[in-house]
Amino acid sequence: MGYIQPTYQSNSGIKQRQILARYWSKIFLGSILIAILALMVMLINVINDSYGYAAIEYEYDPSIYTPKPIEDLNKVELMKLLSENLSTYRWRTIQQDVSIDQLEVDEIRELVVEELLKPTVVASYSLIPSLFNRTEIHQEINFYHPEARIDFYSWLDFQFLIKSMSVVPENSGVRTAILGSLWIILVAGIFAIPVGIGAAIYLEEYAPSGKFKKIIQSNIDNLAGVPSIIYGILGLAIFVRVLKPLTSGTIFGLELSTGRTIISAGMTIGLLLLPVIIINTQEALRTVPMSLRQASYGVGATRWQTLWYHVLPAALPGILTGAILAISRGIGETSPLILVGASSFINKDPTNIFSNFTTLPLQIYYWTQRPQDQFRNTAAAAILVLLIMLLSLNAVAIILRNHYSRQSRP
Amino acid sequence: MSQPQNNHKAAISTRSLAIYYGDFRAVKDVDLNIVPRRITAIIGPSGCGKSTVLRAFNRMNDFIPTCHSEGEILYHGHNIYDSDVDPVSVRQHIGMVFQKPNPFPKSIYENIAWGAKINGYKDSLDELVEDSLTQAALWDEVKDNLTQSGLSLSGGQQQRLCIARALAVKPDIILMDEPCSALDPIATLKIEELMRSLSKKYTIIIVTHNMQQAARVSDFTAFFTMDEDRAGRMVEYGETSQIFTRPRKKQTEDYITGRYG
Amino acid sequence: MSIVDHPLPRQSDIVIYRKPRWTEGFIHVLLFICGSISILSTISLVIVLGHDALLFFLLPDVTLVDFLTGTTWLPSIGKYGVIPLVTATLITTFFAISVALPLGLSAAIFLSEYASQRTRGLLKPILEILAGIPSVVYGFFALTFITPLLRTLLGNDNVQIYNMLSAGLVMGIMILPLVCSMSEDALFAVPHSLRDAAYSLGSTKVEMIFQIVLPAALSGIIASVILAISRAIGETMIVALAAGSGSSFTFNPLNAAETMTGYIARISGGDIAYDTPEYNAIFAIGFLLFTTSFVLNLIGRRVTSRFREVYE
Ligand SMILES: Nc1ncnc2c1ncn2[C@@H]1O[C@H](COP(=O)(O)OP(=O)(O)O)[C@@H](O)[C@H]1O
Ligand SMILES: [Mg+2]
Repeated sequence: MGYIQPTYQSNSGIKQRQILARYWSKIFLGSILIAILALMVMLINVINDSYGYAAIEYEYDPSIYTPKPIEDLNKVELMKLLSENLSTYRWRTIQQDVSIDQLEVDEIRELVVEELLKPTVVASYSLIPSLFNRTEIHQEINFYHPEARIDFYSWLDFQFLIKSMSVVPENSGVRTAILGSLWIILVAGIFAIPVGIGAAIYLEEYAPSGKFKKIIQSNIDNLAGVPSIIYGILGLAIFVRVLKPLTSGTIFGLELSTGRTIISAGMTIGLLLLPVIIINTQEALRTVPMSLRQASYGVGATRWQTLWYHVLPAALPGILTGAILAISRGIGETSPLILVGASSFINKDPTNIFSNFTTLPLQIYYWTQRPQDQFRNTAAAAILVLLIMLLSLNAVAIILRNHYSRQSRP
Repeated sequence: MSQPQNNHKAAISTRSLAIYYGDFRAVKDVDLNIVPRRITAIIGPSGCGKSTVLRAFNRMNDFIPTCHSEGEILYHGHNIYDSDVDPVSVRQHIGMVFQKPNPFPKSIYENIAWGAKINGYKDSLDELVEDSLTQAALWDEVKDNLTQSGLSLSGGQQQRLCIARALAVKPDIILMDEPCSALDPIATLKIEELMRSLSKKYTIIIVTHNMQQAARVSDFTAFFTMDEDRAGRMVEYGETSQIFTRPRKKQTEDYITGRYG
Repeated sequence: MSIVDHPLPRQSDIVIYRKPRWTEGFIHVLLFICGSISILSTISLVIVLGHDALLFFLLPDVTLVDFLTGTTWLPSIGKYGVIPLVTATLITTFFAISVALPLGLSAAIFLSEYASQRTRGLLKPILEILAGIPSVVYGFFALTFITPLLRTLLGNDNVQIYNMLSAGLVMGIMILPLVCSMSEDALFAVPHSLRDAAYSLGSTKVEMIFQIVLPAALSGIIASVILAISRAIGETMIVALAAGSGSSFTFNPLNAAETMTGYIARISGGDIAYDTPEYNAIFAIGFLLFTTSFVLNLIGRRVTSRFREVYE
């Protein structure tokens, strides 16, 4: 290969080289197909674990509450069942949580099943075996759990979104985690987006080129490459420990005495996103043509007027896209929050920046670690929620970009 | 050095001006008195520092980090490179039109009105827009589409829009850096006519490498060239008719007769 | 000749002297502060890591030599040899690069040399999605799909439930898009004339790619690998979920072993008391991690800027 022998080169030599060329081109294509395959297998794997047959056993038999089958009871009878059999405390909490009189019959029946019969999942199956090995699954369940009811269970359903964490997988949900993720990314965004854009503007438009600018620039490039868990260490040391009076809210008169709060997590993620946002914004600013700046300076505009009225609007789609992509990176970050977050079980919704928190990725991490099989199902369902969130964010970024680039064209 | 002598004050005059990019001296020894309310053309081979000098006149060179200058540029007796001078104010008095038309990606109206607005213009913007566009000989073509984007115009119209935009700030002097080099001959002709009509009210300095253009539109011509060290300098400066018919310097004659190396 | 047709501005109209522009100055200062925050963040990183790592090394039974050469990492019984954590990190990184480099580079070659504009437009977003998936999801994938697959293929007795191979392979898929897009940039920077020259000498496309384009893009490709290594060393969630917890000094990739990041995640995930040896060890390991990735990134960017200089 490589030597060209014009006169005595035989035809077969060329043929071999061409066969080799074709063979390699298949390898190149194959590599990218493997990447795509991996993506698809990942998605299928997650969906596979989010749906499937589950064997459900009731802790309490319906017959101990009522002679009639529960399906035949009407609204009044169901209400009576609840009020008679629940502890007064529990009954009062339920009445506070949901306005029971306005519920449909079916909803109340669900409540009765939940509260009185206490169903537990004793075995769960993935989607693919559930679809193709139905009979074996039914036999297996009938053999091991003769009492159990077999249901096609959707781990990702509305209940999953509105329930918070629980020690039992089937009662677990991601509400607290979603709220935690949103609170944290809100704090991170409020800090990192303005500061990041400001820093980028400073570097691109103000900083005199020289040693100082070079140092800041290479510093930012380096920060972007620091492993995210290092930011967790930083967050633990600075926000959780050193700034504890601030981040726990004690100097604002709050009782809570831990620095492992939303504000600490948000600032940690914010610091992590800062270099990403700066670099993206710098790139967006660099695409604005010099001639536009000159036009503005030429009519006697100041630097800030030029930036505010011309450069920033022109760079806005790029800046926004960059910020949204950074936000979606921040939502998915897990390792820094392992250090900053509380290890204990969080099932209270965050209400302010001094609340304890859990996040969607953290929840996925904890559930994946659990020994019970069913937590694997909830982890998969939570991954689906996370991926849907991230995909919709990216879609927003793309739509924004297209919208603006169409607008600015003549 | 010959200078057009007259008893009026110069609009801009330079004293031993030298401009550097880092260590590289791009222009040296420029002594030039620009006559007010006239068109002065700066001609010369490319790379001799014409644009560099022009940008120095309204401190657009400030945006090139390596660029610095020596000597003086006097505008009504003030050295515009003095440390207590505000470059933004300088540009409000000395406007600029660039080589490639660069309208803002905004409406035609906004293109004109913006400069006046940020400079604290208090009177009717509508009148200002109409007046500026009329002066730039563009009003009749765009008066029905003022909300349209400035970018939707043709190249020649865009350049006239840029001229109108500069006029709206009510400048004293207008600098033009090869304003027609991106335009076709017909659009070029229009701009040249426009320049003639504007020269009654404004001092215009135009950089061009097109000698015919300089001969057609300007009252005075400054000829620049480069020395061996690649530093540009002014060879000759005088009334345009004199420069093109009776150049005093051999280098000028070589250049305008096309014998330039 | 009458010079003045239009009145000249009066001297008093010419106001070009500096006036206070408070907003401009204020904004300048504000932006400067924004720019400095990044410096502040680096300084506090160095101080935090340095200070607490120092506390760790000042512990009575810790010495730097033991730390760097010891082969047992059991802080609870006073064994502080970081080697097992480092080897586990290197083994997972090795497998990650073994996946990411050939696949990523081949994919880059396909995208830059073979794919039509349309195919590229179709394939690039897919790689971007792959790059945008959070690492905890990859960890789930490693534990619930790749590990069972490995155990089926290689035997349950040979492959432990937590093992470095599974984590490494999945990490490779995760950093594949990084290698691919950086290599593609490098390939793209090779001037087209070089390709034409190769063709005009009668070379086939593959000969052109291997003998002309790849060597010309080599420094960019090397940079992509260096940055990929840095990413793999710092990756946490995959190894925390799939590689195993509890350090062990083993070179068998089918065994469980804890990496540096894995240790940090496990220890800090539980409620450890501040200022215990375990807690301070986090900072020592973090310091090691930080300097490693810092140096790798520095080298990577040097190499990248070198190939930019050559062709731009
Ligand atoms: N931004 C710059 N940085 C460094 N050198 C420059 C820059 N702009 C122009 N020069 C150099 O200054 C000299 C004069 O350039 P210029 O004023 O653009 O010439 P002209 O307009 O006469 O063609 C040239 O040698 C050019 O290379
Ligand atoms: Mg020029």
